[in-house]
Amino acid sequence: MWKLSAMLAVAAALAAQSPKYGVGRPATEEQIRGLGTAIAPDGTGLPDGSGTAAAGREIFAARCSKCHGEKAQGDMGPALVGGQGTLNTAKPLKTVGSYWPYATTVWDYVNRAMPFDQPGLLKPPEVYAVVAYILNLNGIIGNDQVMDAKSLPKVKMPNRNGFVADPRPDVGKKTKGQ
Amino acid sequence: MRDTKRSGKDSERSSRRQLLRMGAALGGGLVAAREKVHADDGTPGQLGIPLGPYGERSPYEKAVRWRRDSKTPETGSSFTPLADSVGTLTPSSLHYERHHAGIPTIDPAQHRLVIHGMVDRPLSLTVAEIRRLPSVSRTLVLECGGNSGSEWAAKTAPDVQRSYGLASCSEWTGVPLSLLLTEAGAQHGAAWVIAEGADACRMERSIPIAKAMDNILLAYGQNGEALRPAQGYPLRLIIPGWEGNANVKWLHSLKLTDQAYMARDETSKYTDLMPDGTARIFTYQMEAKSVITYPSGGQTLPGPGLYELTGLAWSGRGKIERVEVTTDGGRTWVSARVQEPRLPIAFTRFRLPWRFDGREAVIASRAVDETGYVQPTRDALIAARGTNSAYHFNGIKFWKVQADGTVTNVEA
Repeated sequence: MWKLSAMLAVAAALAAQSPKYGVGRPATEEQIRGLGTAIAPDGTGLPDGSGTAAAGREIFAARCSKCHGEKAQGDMGPALVGGQGTLNTAKPLKTVGSYWPYATTVWDYVNRAMPFDQPGLLKPPEVYAVVAYILNLNGIIGNDQVMDAKSLPKVKMPNRNGFVADPRPDVGKKTKGQ
Repeated sequence: MRDTKRSGKDSERSSRRQLLRMGAALGGGLVAAREKVHADDGTPGQLGIPLGPYGERSPYEKAVRWRRDSKTPETGSSFTPLADSVGTLTPSSLHYERHHAGIPTIDPAQHRLVIHGMVDRPLSLTVAEIRRLPSVSRTLVLECGGNSGSEWAAKTAPDVQRSYGLASCSEWTGVPLSLLLTEAGAQHGAAWVIAEGADACRMERSIPIAKAMDNILLAYGQNGEALRPAQGYPLRLIIPGWEGNANVKWLHSLKLTDQAYMARDETSKYTDLMPDGTARIFTYQMEAKSVITYPSGGQTLPGPGLYELTGLAWSGRGKIERVEVTTDGGRTWVSARVQEPRLPIAFTRFRLPWRFDGREAVIASRAVDETGYVQPTRDALIAARGTNSAYHFNGIKFWKVQADGTVTNVEA
C-alpha cells in the first residue's frame, strides 16, 4: 500500500542523474557496517545468531525487568504483554503482543535502543533470545521456538493487518457557514 | 547589593556579575542599582556590565521550557513557553525538545553523514563538505505529532505551554536533500529513505523518497547560528509540514531502500488508533491549527478594559489564509488582523483588539489555511477519531476569562 508508483517514478528519474558537485568520498564497507543494523520487515539486515524464549527469560530478568516489570507487565517502562482484544475499547493497551505489526521491529528496537540506560548492550544472540521471550509471553511463539534471521520475519503478529493508510483531511474540510 | 567598584580587573568584573545575578535572584537590590544609573540626584551614574562574547537575556526574563518530572530525564518532552513568546520566531534556547536517549555531544570534525543502500555511489560527507554546497534558508514551524495530545482527554493541561508548547518556529538553513540524493545516485526502485540519528538509541524513521526529493532540508543552521545540540547539532532533517519525530536529529545515516522499515517510532508510536481498533500509519502530515496565547490559561487580566488578544496560527499544508476569533463561546466569529508576511508552514501571529467588560467570556481562535482547510472543533475530531488516537490533535481551543480576570481552560 505504501509503495506508491509516484515514488518509484521519482526514483527512476533520479537514477539517470550524475553527480554535479562531486562532494564527499565513497563510503567504505566498514563505514556502512559501523552504522549498525537497521532491520526491514522482510528480515533484511538481521545478523547471524539465534535465541529462544528459554534463554531470553534470564536476560530479561537481568536487563529488562527493572523497568518493564518481572512479567513484562510494565512499570517505569511500558507493558510489553497483554492488551490483545483491547484496541477497539475505551481503554486500549498497546503492547508488542496487541499492537506491534512486525516482530522484526521488536528486534530492531531492542537492538538499537535497549536497555534504556545502555542502548546497544545486547549481542545479536541475546537480542534474538529476549525478543523470543517477549513473543512467548504474548503467546505468539512457543517456549522452545528458535528465533533467527529466517524464522523471525515469518512470525505472524496478531495486529499485523491492523494498520490503515492516512485518510486525512478527514475533518476540517471547508464547510458552509464557517 | 550595589557594587560601587569600577575596576577593570577581570576578577572584579566577575564578582560584579555575580552580584548582579544575586541581585536578580533577590529582586529589589538590582532594581535599586538600576534606578541609581538613571537617578538625577547629582551623584555620578554607574557603568553597566561589560560587553560579552555571547549574549544572555535580561535577568528579569524568566520564561523557560516546561517538562514533567521524570526518573529518566534523558527521554521526554520539554514545552515552549508560547504565552511568553512575542512575534513569530522561537528563540533556539526555548525551542521545544523531544529526545529518546539524551542529547549527544558531537564533534562536527568527527561527524560523517553516510548515504548508502540503493545508491550508485555510497557517499560519506563531512559537515564542512555539506556546508560548501548551495544552501537555502526557510522559516518553518516544527511541531511534535503528539502536541496537544492531552486535549483528547476530558481533563486537559492548564495552560498553553503545556497543551500547545510542542511547537516552535525557527529559520532553518541547510542543503536540499534532493541535491545529495542526486549526488549519490538513487537507484531504480529506491522508494524510501531510512534516516538514522547518532544519539545513543540511534532513532530512525522511514521517509518516502518523493518527499525527500520535494522539499526536505538537510539543516545545519538555526536562527542564524549552528543548530543547538538539543536540536540535532551538527546535522538534522527538516521536513516542512511533517510531524517533528520524522525530522531526525544528529543525522548520520540515510539508507535508500525499496521498503519502509516499520521502525518502532512509526508503528508502535506515531500511529493513530481509531475507535474500531485499526490504526492510521505514516501520519506525517501536520494540519492547520491555532491557539490564543493572550489571554490564555493561568493568566490574569488586571481588570476590565481594552486588551490586544493575540495568538499563533500555522498549517503544515501552507500559508494561513485567515484566523477567526470568538469572544462569545463560538456564537459569532470575527477575522483577526494577521501579521504579514504570512509564510507557509510557519507561525503566523494574529491580533484582535478586545474590550473585557468584566463579565465571563469564552474565547477561541480558528485558523483557515490556503487549501481551504478549517481548523475543526474538538468535538468534530472526536466524532471522527475517538479519544485514543493520541497524535495530531488540532482542535479549536477555548479559554474562559472569568469575571475576576483569571483565565482557565474550559475543558479543565
